[in-house]
Amino acid sequence: MTTLPATTRKKLGLVIDLDTCVGCHACVISCKGWNTENYGAPLSDLGAYGAEPEGAFLNRVHTFEVTRDAAPPMVVHFPKSCLHCDDAPCVTVCPTGASYKRQEDGIVLVNESDCIGCGLCAWACPYGAREMDGAEKVMKKCTLCVDRIYNETLPEEDREPACVRTCPAGARHFGDFADPDSHVSKLTAARGGFDLMPEQGTQPVNKYLPPRRRDTLDMPDLTSMCDPAPENAKGFLGWLDRALERL
Amino acid sequence: MHPAPSLILFTVLSGIGFGLLVWLGLGLRAPVGGAAFLLFGLGYGLAGAGLIAAAFHLGHPERALKAFTQWRSSWLSREAVLATATMAIMSPHAASSVFAATPLPVFGWLGAALALVTIFATAMIYTQIKAVPRWHHWTTPPVFVLAALAGGAMLAAQILLAHFLLLILAAAMVAHWVAGDKRFAQSGSTTGTATGLAALGQVRLLEPPHSGRNYLLREMVHVVGRKHAYKLRLIALVFGAFLPAVLLLLPASYVTIALALFVHLAGMMAQRWLFFAEAEHVVGLYYSKR
Repeated sequence: MTTLPATTRKKLGLVIDLDTCVGCHACVISCKGWNTENYGAPLSDLGAYGAEPEGAFLNRVHTFEVTRDAAPPMVVHFPKSCLHCDDAPCVTVCPTGASYKRQEDGIVLVNESDCIGCGLCAWACPYGAREMDGAEKVMKKCTLCVDRIYNETLPEEDREPACVRTCPAGARHFGDFADPDSHVSKLTAARGGFDLMPEQGTQPVNKYLPPRRRDTLDMPDLTSMCDPAPENAKGFLGWLDRALERL
Repeated sequence: MHPAPSLILFTVLSGIGFGLLVWLGLGLRAPVGGAAFLLFGLGYGLAGAGLIAAAFHLGHPERALKAFTQWRSSWLSREAVLATATMAIMSPHAASSVFAATPLPVFGWLGAALALVTIFATAMIYTQIKAVPRWHHWTTPPVFVLAALAGGAMLAAQILLAHFLLLILAAAMVAHWVAGDKRFAQSGSTTGTATGLAALGQVRLLEPPHSGRNYLLREMVHVVGRKHAYKLRLIALVFGAFLPAVLLLLPASYVTIALALFVHLAGMMAQRWLFFAEAEHVVGLYYSKR
């Protein structure tokens, strides 16, 4: 069914800490690895050894630069995957019922055997969270590692999404946003977690944490120290300048 | 957005086919016998050809029947259901006109109404997408509906009606372009809101997530050809509406109507190409490309 559930019992999702992310792309690789070997069609690469390789990924890390007034520019690594929106536009546009949002935990999934590969859901997503697999011609998206988080054959510490499990910086957190006492809810409240493109009205479940305020040092004006020798310099520098000029 | 030839053919051909079926169903032209065979054949043929072209866009056309199930939420599914229903409901009227020389107006009217709603549903597939601000506006459906009705009126040789519809179509296209040019800014989406970092300062992409192309860029970030947007708008306006309208003023004959129709189709192909090529998806903000 491609109508959205009015409410979901749980709201499973991710908190992504833009302050902590070091931009190593380990989450991208672990995601590709797990989701190629497990649930659904493998994530294909096309022309992997050719001149123009490309492939399907469920998680990608962009890097942005923020130019600030009266402060040095800031580099922000920005991982992006499906936000498992409450009002997911990708689900309602699906003509076949392949896309759905689960009532029990709010995860947005694609039933690949029902997908006709029309691509309309990818068009409807403002975030670019869905990619058509180049080989299988079905829509691929983040499953929140639905085959890990409930998987009792895995050790308990592995029952979280592969991207979260692998992040060496601890920049990714997984939990239930419907529970106000959960780790992710508290983190969002404490750090001012925000939605991406709220104006699109999608009500994303995943939250992003802003970079923390940077320390400011009481520093002298470095630019004045970097000035080249001023013209008409006096004293030793002036003498050196004139002597070298004469050579 | 990527202007896929299959989608351009689908929207233009099935639009004009259903447009013709609207006028045939309403009985504005009530052909019987061989003429009915030709005209209904043309209506069904164009509508069907458009739908088949759309199927070529699918990754798994063999599962296309599943697309009839989600009409409660999906405009694409509604379009599939409505298109099939139109063809089915119209068929007694068409068959009776051809073989018994007796039009069946009730089936005709019902079919005409369904055909009109089908064209509207086609437009809504695009209009509903909020992530493409240029499309997500009330000026989009009138362009689709008027283009289909004008083309259909020409096929049905309803000269005065076609003339009138072509002129409104021209106004609708201009309104769609003028409104469309402001839509991205009106959507409020910027790289700042996309990253949520607007409060910190000016945000720009430093490094893209991958060095090559990907599905998102190919499908949704189509920048080639936009530089000719104004020329193409002029072509769409002149060929799609004004020139056929002038040709219809000439003494009516099959030649002038055929010529007008041909010119109109060429203009509408340009308009539809531009409809996709010009539309910017907000995902481009993550790539500093639109």
